[in-house]
Amino acid sequence: MSTVDYYIEQLNTIQAAKQDSPLAPVRKSALDTFTNMGFPTSRNEEWKYTRIGSIFKKEFRLQNEDITSFNQSSIDAVRLPGHENANELVFVNGRYSEEFSKIISEEIVVTSLEAAASGEYADIVNTHFNSSSKYLKDGINALNAAYAQGVFIYVPKAKAVANPVYIYNIVDAVADAVCALPRCLVYVSEAAEVSFVETYATLGASESITNQVTEIVVAENANVSYCKIQNDNSNASQVSTTHIHQVGKSYAETVTISLDGGIVRNNLNIVMGAAHSEAHMYGLYFQNGESHIDNHTIVDNVMPHCQSNELYKGILNDRSTGVFNGRIYVRQDAQKTNAFQSNKNILLGENATVNTQPQLEIFADDVKCSHGCTVGSLDEEGIFYLQSRGIPKEVAMSLLLQGFALDILEKIKIEHIRTYVQELIAARLTTQI
Amino acid sequence: MEEKYSDIEQAILSEYKYGFVTDIEADEAPKGLDENTIRFISAKKNEPEWMLQYRLKAYHQWLKMEEPSWANVKYDPIDYQDIIYYSAPKQKKKLNSLDEIDPELRRTFEKLGISLDEQKRLSGVAVDAVIDSVSIATTFKAQLAEQGIIFCSMSEAIQEHPDLIKKYLGSVVPVTDNYFAALNAAVFSDGSFVYIPKGVRCPMELSTYFRINAENTGQFERTLIVADEHSYVSYLEGCTAPMRDENQLHAAVVELVAHDHAEIKYSTVQNWYPGDKDGKGGIYNFVTKRGICQGSHSKISWTQVETGSSITWKYPSVILKGDYSVGEFYSVAVTNNHQQADTGTKMQHIGKHTRSRIVSKGISAGFSNNSYRGLVHMSKNAANARNYSQCDSLLIGDKCGAHTFPYIEAKNNTSVVEHEATTSKVGEDQIFYCNQRGIDTETAVALIINGFAKEVMNQLPMEFAIEAQKLLAISLEGSVG
Repeated sequence: MSTVDYYIEQLNTIQAAKQDSPLAPVRKSALDTFTNMGFPTSRNEEWKYTRIGSIFKKEFRLQNEDITSFNQSSIDAVRLPGHENANELVFVNGRYSEEFSKIISEEIVVTSLEAAASGEYADIVNTHFNSSSKYLKDGINALNAAYAQGVFIYVPKAKAVANPVYIYNIVDAVADAVCALPRCLVYVSEAAEVSFVETYATLGASESITNQVTEIVVAENANVSYCKIQNDNSNASQVSTTHIHQVGKSYAETVTISLDGGIVRNNLNIVMGAAHSEAHMYGLYFQNGESHIDNHTIVDNVMPHCQSNELYKGILNDRSTGVFNGRIYVRQDAQKTNAFQSNKNILLGENATVNTQPQLEIFADDVKCSHGCTVGSLDEEGIFYLQSRGIPKEVAMSLLLQGFALDILEKIKIEHIRTYVQELIAARLTTQI
Repeated sequence: MEEKYSDIEQAILSEYKYGFVTDIEADEAPKGLDENTIRFISAKKNEPEWMLQYRLKAYHQWLKMEEPSWANVKYDPIDYQDIIYYSAPKQKKKLNSLDEIDPELRRTFEKLGISLDEQKRLSGVAVDAVIDSVSIATTFKAQLAEQGIIFCSMSEAIQEHPDLIKKYLGSVVPVTDNYFAALNAAVFSDGSFVYIPKGVRCPMELSTYFRINAENTGQFERTLIVADEHSYVSYLEGCTAPMRDENQLHAAVVELVAHDHAEIKYSTVQNWYPGDKDGKGGIYNFVTKRGICQGSHSKISWTQVETGSSITWKYPSVILKGDYSVGEFYSVAVTNNHQQADTGTKMQHIGKHTRSRIVSKGISAGFSNNSYRGLVHMSKNAANARNYSQCDSLLIGDKCGAHTFPYIEAKNNTSVVEHEATTSKVGEDQIFYCNQRGIDTETAVALIINGFAKEVMNQLPMEFAIEAQKLLAISLEGSVG
């Protein structure tokens, strides 16, 4: 039996138990997709530089609730600064845990996808659930959708949520290897405002993979900020998909910070489905050891007068690999689009690798689009300038790298988180350079 | 403004000016491709056994391969059994002077504005004119031979310089390289061979005109240029084709080899028949072009102006193997009506201190799609290698598409890679500025587009630049004035 069959069998059992669910047809069709496509190989252009198939050769169990020894003290160890004033949603091995979660903003509704699909949010769930599959046509995305045991988060009309929402994805790999499939659907209603911070932690040294899908729908005049911090151990791999759909004229901003992990693949899609929308995407990756980071982003300009701006910066040390693939689509109707994209990389390690593909696909003529990318090492003249003023070489390099990272770090809106990430980077610079 | 643009679009749909058929009796192979076809071609050309074996090996390789589908182009499947793989103008004896050429052919050249004797007398360009796959006239040969330069047709080179052909043919583009290269290696009809000996600077621009002529004939050209140490050559390639309704396949292979301190400059003006304004007919141009900077301090420079073909699939590349070698790629690709172009380059940096520069300008109009697809690879050993790429796209009308697919792979931390790309339209304020100075909109657009492409046009040899500008104007007639 191949590994794909092994997963299909598990999914069949899981789906059989929930046949009456309103989500059953979507899950079923996702399972068909997964059955047809299996796991992507490097022959698949979207996965050319990231060999995800090698991770899925291992036969992970998908139902893992029973093997966790997770308790309150474990969560304290992974909490992010500022958690006292934050809503905290905890996923353990891919399943939402009410026990460990804490919701202090009364206006936010958090419920299971299952319940949302049959209750008052049925229309929203039916319209938007699994819309990421239109952009990500591969077995990995389908595997998550075929499982789909996630939560639905609803931010009501005209509510500005003062307290940020922290999402913890915790994998308990103490006892056994784990494949976690967390899933969220977020609906930010008209004129609402909310910010998310998402992080990942793996306990234990067994191999683990997190295959996550978060879909965020942004309505008219809403404002969403989303920050992802990846700093997991080297046995923890992940495919993390964030799909933002701007259905009304709105504002979205994402910051993705990737510091450590095994093989990490981020898919970030922003669909600008309403005129006059604005989106900003920032990313910083600082990799060492043999870690592998792959950021795939898609900006789809469907409607006119939209603005998007993307800046990803990377520092690659040791034998690490950085992959960037940014794609901007400008549809025929999306006249007067302004879309900019930039990817800058510093190769620090002699054996580090960068593969970058900034891509434009444009079908409208009255647009301003540009992309650029650079790969290089640290500026020798800059180092020399600082050295000539009595600053040791290591310190000079560290200063320049901090300056390089600052562009992205200052985009993190929540101060606690910004300071936290800055400290992580400063600590790494002092120990590793 | 919108109204003016629709005027421009109307005018863009102008008829192909170089569409005419020369009536010459052709000597053809039967339709279809099997071992017998290859034996027929080989026998027809009186080739030695090793050449036949080379072709057969390529043919068997081709059978095992699949037609690539990754390019951003769409076309009906090609029936490879419905193509005539060999067709030569009837030719009784070798010609010694231009006067012996069929007067019909001579008129063809004159219509194209490249009258051979005119060029011979005035511009000092040696022309190896290829009509339907067989070289019929080579000029200035004696003058070149004095310096030891070999400039002849591929068939002649196989007969007279077998050692050089054995050594270099397929050394840059092996038969296994890709589907169309394998097909070409199996059935190539003719092409040009150039060898520049050590320390020789070729005294004139070498040039070949290609022309697809007989109906249903695929043209499979094979060009090989070898520049030995400290030599220099500039090679021009240009083509026009008569009007056809049926799609015609053109799968050429060009190989360049530059040894220590040698420099090869290869310029192309491509103006195959692009199909009519509804996208009917036109040439499929699936070309493999690659050069290798074998020696240190060598240089290969590709310049191309692509205005024709219904589909272009072409990536002139450079393998920068020698230390301090330089690769350049300058391209203007214009697509109009229903044309599709997927073109770009590959720069493989292997040697230390290697440098490459890519300047690509894409202009899309009508219903066309224009893609830039390029790879810059910095290998582990390419210390201090440097690349700069720039690809700009210009859109005229809202029914066309411009795409950019760069691939950048860096495995060396002392190398520096930069890539920039922009997409925009012809600025309304620029046109307005010209208008208020009494320049009409069409001339203004022409000025702006010429300016947009200038950086590449400047790279063309003088003899070619004039024709290239003409072609640009014809391709975008109306918007260019």
